[in-house]
Amino acid sequence: MISVSINGVTRHFDTPVNVVTLLEQMQMGGKRIAVECNGEIIPRGQFDQHLLADGDKLEIVVAVGGG
Amino acid sequence: MNKDTLLIAGKNYNSRLLLGTGNYKDFAETQAAVEASGAEISTIAIRRSNIGQNPNEPNLLDILPPSKYTLLPNTAGCYSADDAVRTLRLARELLDGHSLVKLEVLGDPQSLYPNVVETLAAAKTLVAEGFQVMVYTSDDPIVARQLEDIGCVAIMPLASLIGSGMGILNPWNLQLIMERVQVPVIVDAGVGTASDAAIAMELGCDGVLMNTAIAAAQLPVLMASAMKKAVEAGRAAYLAGRMPKKLYSASPSSPTQGLISRPTA
Repeated sequence: MISVSINGVTRHFDTPVNVVTLLEQMQMGGKRIAVECNGEIIPRGQFDQHLLADGDKLEIVVAVGGG
Repeated sequence: MNKDTLLIAGKNYNSRLLLGTGNYKDFAETQAAVEASGAEISTIAIRRSNIGQNPNEPNLLDILPPSKYTLLPNTAGCYSADDAVRTLRLARELLDGHSLVKLEVLGDPQSLYPNVVETLAAAKTLVAEGFQVMVYTSDDPIVARQLEDIGCVAIMPLASLIGSGMGILNPWNLQLIMERVQVPVIVDAGVGTASDAAIAMELGCDGVLMNTAIAAAQLPVLMASAMKKAVEAGRAAYLAGRMPKKLYSASPSSPTQGLISRPTA
């Protein structure tokens, strides 16, 4: 069981998941997003390879209106 | 492409009006305002995705496709160089390697005045990482020059505080900035109505970036078209070379000869 912080909210997973699976579980597959894990950008091309680990802090962002 | 284009980081733009996309009623109004303004460059913000949201909800980039607009991710809400740098790294990934960005590092949540010390630090890191930085800053001409020396591609001094609508408070500092920097100077923040934008362009600024002036108008789309005309008018007036201001002039614009009821010789 691993605990991961995603956008400031702690979530638990029975087994480590990769970013693709994570995004699908969160209904964000297909959306234009960017992901940072522990301060490092995870490139889109590496989503399937990057496995979440216990204690990871993720930021998942989108474009919104702003000046 | 007309002849008097705005050149930023090697790319030419017809429009000297840059538009923010925040605080509109909805995406339809955002899109209508951007179209009415003629803006080719639009800022966007980067924020956490609301996880669990309706997956079919439209996204801002649906109405502002990167294929049609030059998107300028900003660092609004960042109070440290570190946050600003992280935000723009995420933005570059989000936009498939697009590296033209707007840097702003704020110092105070009430006034939203920029923290120029953190801004300088962030600019150094970003330029070193290959970003093309258009930098929001105060109207301090020394800082403006330092930001240019660091390698920023445009200097964007405030006219007055973000969202204040107070217009150009210090045209003299803007002039000092324009005398000292070679890269485009784009007034960003504080424009309230069309005359403010025209004045900025008459001073010789290369462009104007605004958001609240349009989004908070009673009729945003109408204001957007007013701003388009104002920026064009101000630019043309600048290029036309205005007449000098003087206390008085003994040269009226009508002839002094041939006045009726004057005794002739």
